[in-house]
Parts: sequence; C-alpha cells; structure tokens
Amino acid sequence: MTFRSAVITFPGSNCDRDMADALEKVSGTAPHRVWHGDDALPDGLDFIALPGGFSYGDYLRSGAMAARSHIMKAVIEAAGRGVPVLGVCNGFQVLTESGLLPGALMRNAGIRFVCRDVKLTVENNQSLFTSGYTAGQEILIPVAHHDGNYFADDATLDRLEGEGRVAFRYAELVNGSARAIAGVLNAAGNVLGMMPHPERMIEPEQGGTDGRALFESAIQGLVGA
Amino acid sequence: MKVRVYVSLKNGVLDPQGRAIHHAIEGLGFSGVQDVRAGRLIELDVDDTVTDDALEAMAQQLLANMVIENYRIERVAA
Repeated sequence: MTFRSAVITFPGSNCDRDMADALEKVSGTAPHRVWHGDDALPDGLDFIALPGGFSYGDYLRSGAMAARSHIMKAVIEAAGRGVPVLGVCNGFQVLTESGLLPGALMRNAGIRFVCRDVKLTVENNQSLFTSGYTAGQEILIPVAHHDGNYFADDATLDRLEGEGRVAFRYAELVNGSARAIAGVLNAAGNVLGMMPHPERMIEPEQGGTDGRALFESAIQGLVGA
Repeated sequence: MKVRVYVSLKNGVLDPQGRAIHHAIEGLGFSGVQDVRAGRLIELDVDDTVTDDALEAMAQQLLANMVIENYRIERVAA
C-alpha cells in the first residue's frame, strides 16, 4: 500500500525539502507538496507534516500567521478526523498557535538562538510516532530555534504528563522549556509537535540516524510494514 | 479612527527579553529599576463602524496569544 503524505510549505518555510526527503527516503514515496494558499489537501492523506523555518518571517509571533492561513483550516479539519500531523520546530509553533496542541513556544530562556545536536529522552513510546523507540531511550537530534521555550500553565502540564502526552524531553539544558518538554501529543495521539528536527537524522551522512525510527514507526503503523 | 492594542505577557510568564533589557539598563549604569516586562503595541486604523466586539475578537483570535498574553484595547480620539 502506498503511503500518501503531504508537506505544507509556508512563505519562509526552510525545512520543507528536508522533511520531504525524509518522508520519501523512509516510505519510498514522495510526499505531495502543498502551498499555504491552497484551499484543500490532496485526498486520502495518511500523514501531514508541517516543516521548520520562519513562516511569515516570524511576524507577530512565531507560527501565528501560518496558523491562520487557508491551508491550516484543512489541516485542522484533517487532524480532527484522525489524520496524523507532525509539526517540527516552526511546525510545532504553528500547531500551538492553531490550537491543535496546548501551550505556547516562547523566546529561549537564554535569549540566544540554539543550533546544535541535543540529547532527548523518549518519554512515551506508545504513540504512532514513537513506537519505534524504547521508553526512556536517549536519542540525539538537532535543534535550531530561537523560540523553543515551551510554556503552559501548571494544570495543563500536569494533565499532559498524567495522560502520557509528553513524547520527548530534553536530557540537557536547551531553552528553558517547562519540565524540559521537547515534544507533545494531542489527546487523541495523532498530532505531535516537537522542536528538535528528526528529519535531519535519518541517514549516517547526516551525523546520525536517531530520527529515522519516528518516520518508520509512523509509516509502518499507518500502512503496514 | 485609531485603535491601540497593547499586548503584554501575563503575570507569572517568564519574560527573557524583558530580563535582557533589564540587564542592559543596568549595564548602562542606571539603578533603581526593579523589573522590566516587554510587550507589543499594535495600532489599527479602522472605520467608525468597527465594533468593540470585533476588536475584541481580533485581539483574541490573532493579536494576542491568550495562552501567554493579555491585551488592552484603547480607542484614540481623532
């Protein structure tokens, strides 16, 4: 069965090709490339990816404008039907701004842009996106962001932790995120937002392959091995 | 008519930019500044027919992120 995925490109997205490459290399099928101004998504999608970058120049707030673009109405509707949605970096910011995920991503606590490989801990390996990892596994994935400092009120953080919706945590100091949260799932488990870039760690030439299992587990979970 | 929307971080939300500005103020040799919080001022030029409800909706749906920010709307007499 063919894996039908889409990568959404906003003006200012700059990791859309990396994301498309990762999806193609792992699934064997090139994703549809969808422009932010499109009104509709291709039919029958198995997977939607919101890539990293600086959509709309980060004007107003990172991800704020993209979250209100035409295509996001279709993405929100698809997510509501259970279509898996992965948002990485700016894609994560778009997911929180659009209300698909709780919380907000604020300026890094250290003010500086952080661009390096960081250690993450897999907190929940029961989700569609993380079943290829073992619980507690430490993985190395790069980050590259200025606004990755995850914030939510304590009640929301308690709920996220209680419901197993923290997918990844930083295993080192990175950006001041509340409870070192690096990636969160929605209640239904079909939407994952994360600041680190798994699509940049799928081949040895990239310096590591720890991101590959995320795509493999999602693809196998959706269309069978 | 001019409308000003002031967007500020909620109390209790850490403000790294405000803290950096605070450090810079102290670096310039000024003392007595206890805290700095950075916000955003957005000016709109609107028709008189634009209602308060519409302005509230704009602020809540886009201008402020209600997870972390508060807003205050001020109509400015011409």
